[in-house]
Amino acid sequence: MNLLSPSIVPRTQISSYVNFLVPLIAIILTLLTGSLIFSLLGFNPIHSLYTFFISPISSLYGFSELLVKATPLALIAIGLSYCFKNNIYNIGAEGQLIMGAIFGGGVAIYFYNVEGFWLLPLMLLAGVIGGSLWALIPALLKTKFNTNEILTSLMLVYVATFILDYLVVGPWKDPSGFSYPKSRPFNESARMPELFDGLRVHFGLIITLFLVFISWFIFSKTIFGFQLKVSGLSIKAARFAGFNQNKLIISAFIICGGFAGLAGLGEVSGPIGLLYRDISPNYGFTAIIVAFLGRLHPVGIIFSSLIIALTYLGAEDAQVFLQIPSAVGFIFQGLVLFYLLGAELLVNYKIQFGKIS
Amino acid sequence: MNLDFIIGILEIILIATTPLVFAAIGELVTEKSGVLNLGVEGMMLVGAVSAFVTLVISGSYFLAFLISIFSGVLMSGFFAILVLYLMTNQIATGLALTIFGIGLSSMIGKKYIGTPIDGLSPWFFVIISFVIVFIISYFFYKTKSGLILRAVGESHNAAHALGYNVIKVRFIAIIFGGSMCALAGSYISICYAPMWQEGMTAERGWIALAIVVFSTWKPERVLIGAYIFGGVTILQMNLQALGIRIPGQFFNMAPYVATIIVLVFISSNKLRIKLSAPASLTIPFFKGK
Amino acid sequence: MIRIITFITTFLFLIFGSANADQKKVGFIYIGPPGDHGWTYMHDVGRKYMESQLGDSISTTYIENVPENADAVRAIRKLADSGHDLIFTTSFNYMDQTHEVAKDFPQIKFEHATGYIQADNVATYSARFYEGRMIEGHIAGHMTKTNTIGYIASYPIPEVVRGINAFYLAASKVNPDIKMKIIWVFTWYDPGKEADAANTLINQGADIIVQHTDTYAPCQAAQKAGVLAFGQASNQEEFCPDSHLTAIEDIWGPYYAARAKAVVDGTWSSGDTWDGMDKGMVVMSPYNTKLMPASLIQEAVNMEVAIKDGTLHPFTGPIYNQAGEIVVPEGEVAPDGMLLGMNFYVQGIDGEVPQ
Repeated sequence: MNLLSPSIVPRTQISSYVNFLVPLIAIILTLLTGSLIFSLLGFNPIHSLYTFFISPISSLYGFSELLVKATPLALIAIGLSYCFKNNIYNIGAEGQLIMGAIFGGGVAIYFYNVEGFWLLPLMLLAGVIGGSLWALIPALLKTKFNTNEILTSLMLVYVATFILDYLVVGPWKDPSGFSYPKSRPFNESARMPELFDGLRVHFGLIITLFLVFISWFIFSKTIFGFQLKVSGLSIKAARFAGFNQNKLIISAFIICGGFAGLAGLGEVSGPIGLLYRDISPNYGFTAIIVAFLGRLHPVGIIFSSLIIALTYLGAEDAQVFLQIPSAVGFIFQGLVLFYLLGAELLVNYKIQFGKIS
Repeated sequence: MNLDFIIGILEIILIATTPLVFAAIGELVTEKSGVLNLGVEGMMLVGAVSAFVTLVISGSYFLAFLISIFSGVLMSGFFAILVLYLMTNQIATGLALTIFGIGLSSMIGKKYIGTPIDGLSPWFFVIISFVIVFIISYFFYKTKSGLILRAVGESHNAAHALGYNVIKVRFIAIIFGGSMCALAGSYISICYAPMWQEGMTAERGWIALAIVVFSTWKPERVLIGAYIFGGVTILQMNLQALGIRIPGQFFNMAPYVATIIVLVFISSNKLRIKLSAPASLTIPFFKGK
Repeated sequence: MIRIITFITTFLFLIFGSANADQKKVGFIYIGPPGDHGWTYMHDVGRKYMESQLGDSISTTYIENVPENADAVRAIRKLADSGHDLIFTTSFNYMDQTHEVAKDFPQIKFEHATGYIQADNVATYSARFYEGRMIEGHIAGHMTKTNTIGYIASYPIPEVVRGINAFYLAASKVNPDIKMKIIWVFTWYDPGKEADAANTLINQGADIIVQHTDTYAPCQAAQKAGVLAFGQASNQEEFCPDSHLTAIEDIWGPYYAARAKAVVDGTWSSGDTWDGMDKGMVVMSPYNTKLMPASLIQEAVNMEVAIKDGTLHPFTGPIYNQAGEIVVPEGEVAPDGMLLGMNFYVQGIDGEVPQ
């Protein structure tokens, strides 16, 4: 046995205990590094870590806020995993989110003086259509002209932003809003119902959980899920098996865009209640990390969306209670991600000391 | 319209586009070796702030750029260790690097916001950006090392079987990419807009990433992509200043739309594209197989 | 479980929390980092001024980089929940969010910058920056040799359009041949793009650069090209000493100190404040004596005095819109309502407000 030359070997079978061990190791390392950083900056480490991880969710309201923040992240990440499983690098979910908000929000603005139970479902539908249509552009460009989706989907984020900007400054401007760039507020029946009184967590959470479950079913139990996985692993194998690659690409994009559009609509008809320029704090980009951190698995994505949401909330609490600048929040968030990602090594590979047999 | 006016526009385009060229050519080399690093924006910011702070402290431009490039080496080296040795997911790790870089740069720069410095003339770097692109092009297609790097990006298993050290090649490629991103950042904070302000690279890292895709991983085409983007940006400003009555949003949209349209034309020729996209992009390599 | 957590929270706060019960807590929500050296920076300067004025009777907290969306409610509520007595939300799009939280915390006072809706515990405040634009326009009308002014505009909101109009009205009054070239960059904050816009305008013949974006990049670009410029938000002379004519400074400190004092004394009441030079909320940076003739500086100072005592108003009729229709009749001044929602160019400006 030669302890000095460890080598890394892939695990043939992923044992269930590592799945729990890995996050545990990542958390311990995070806590240790966190203590170090905070001590160096002159803050009480224990109090800082408490503020980062526990104080944000120490009240019912805080917990509800965690869900409010995690809902769009999880929803978009699940959508993205349809693309990523098939090795389609759709990084433009942010744009699809904005389009969903524009379409769905457009319905709400059009029917601003009409109330009815049908309004919200119509908006949901419009949101899905908006997001899907926006995702269809890179999908068609990829399948018809072989245009790389990384560029097209990313550029379309910026285009969507300018379109939203145009609408709220121009045609959809609130007539009684002193020309400020925002739309009319949506009426009551255009708002996502809140699940509990006084908490902001809304019906979007139920939709998200439902779609996560459906996606789990699709990924693990249907031929479509199988096709996505196979063609993601090897295009040749997929072709050999006779899968229609173009159809897979287009469906993955449409589903992803639809989910992102729904998330966008959830934001504007849920907590925000009108349209204006900055409806999303980059949910579409953050969800990419969420998707991979959750290993493109529905259950993993639920956990990773909660973790990422918590780091945002924690950074705010750190500013309020300890005057820790948001820059430290970002650094800390980056470190948490590095550890979680790094620890995954232990899931997929095992470290063996001595010779490889 | 006289000649001076046209030359004036060209000068502005050259100055504005150079940081995109630096960041994109660096990322291109990284991607060509089979690694996607989405941390460009973060590395640019850290590069920008370290150059600025070094200049304020030491007064030496040379040292400023040196330290900045060193910061890029450190940031990308950290990324390399994660993705090459710990085999983390490249996309997520790159995004985490950007978040980390945003935080780190504003932490480092806190005390230096609003410190006046003398900017440096951009022209030396504008020329260097072209030189680097042509050197990389030569390196890829005329040297053995370039061939090895492309082979590693194309199929790491085959390259490994031929006896090349995949990890080493990728490590070097990632570090080169990081130092170019840092150089792009320092160009912004020392030449382009001589100042330090938090988040001052303003999403140029993402545009650089798009330009690499636009180039279909061919170095010379980085210039085309970057200059289409930079050129359209400046042209739309010129049209606005001439008082043309089109909503400004549509002018500002133009660079993004133009890049998509041109890429559609370029890539509709299927055979050419397939030849240059590195097949092993984002796929981790481990020796023990 | 929740009870245990609550217990720990209380325990930790007993150990670490602040002990001074009389002290009032003042919180700020910032749209950017105080390090932007522009909008947020000036609010932070105001916050520090307030601290220096009120000493131990208050303590302050801020949350920076708060996006203007669903996150804002949480951030504002966080301040409300953690015992703050007065909360400043310093960007327009925090409007609905501020009111949403304010509804649930009637005992806490809120101050929303640049907003137009008040409530019993929500006051609004803004500054009449356009008064400064008038003086800039007057100076530019005299100083320009090419009769071309380059204007870098951020977003087409009334605040920005108002500034453009006030500037042009004053400039064209002293120099009827003056031409405005306007570039909308659709960002508050991108030093590179702001420098590009400045250089483009200079290349098109502008010899004075005016900006309504956050960084001093345009002023630096002007310095490099050897043309003149006005700073923005704070005095930027040290960054471009040979170009900087003057700047409009956002001085929030006295207002912040007064409002916090009112909370300490228990005299705070809601209202709408739109102060200008008379109350010191808008201040002109020292006029550059190297660049401007003494007579012009004297004129500018006289204008300041006239604006302060109310005899001079930037929007005094007759004012026409681009279609040639009269919008402010002769001898009248534009009502605040019109200024607040201004979304058209006055006659003489080329192009069109993006909308």
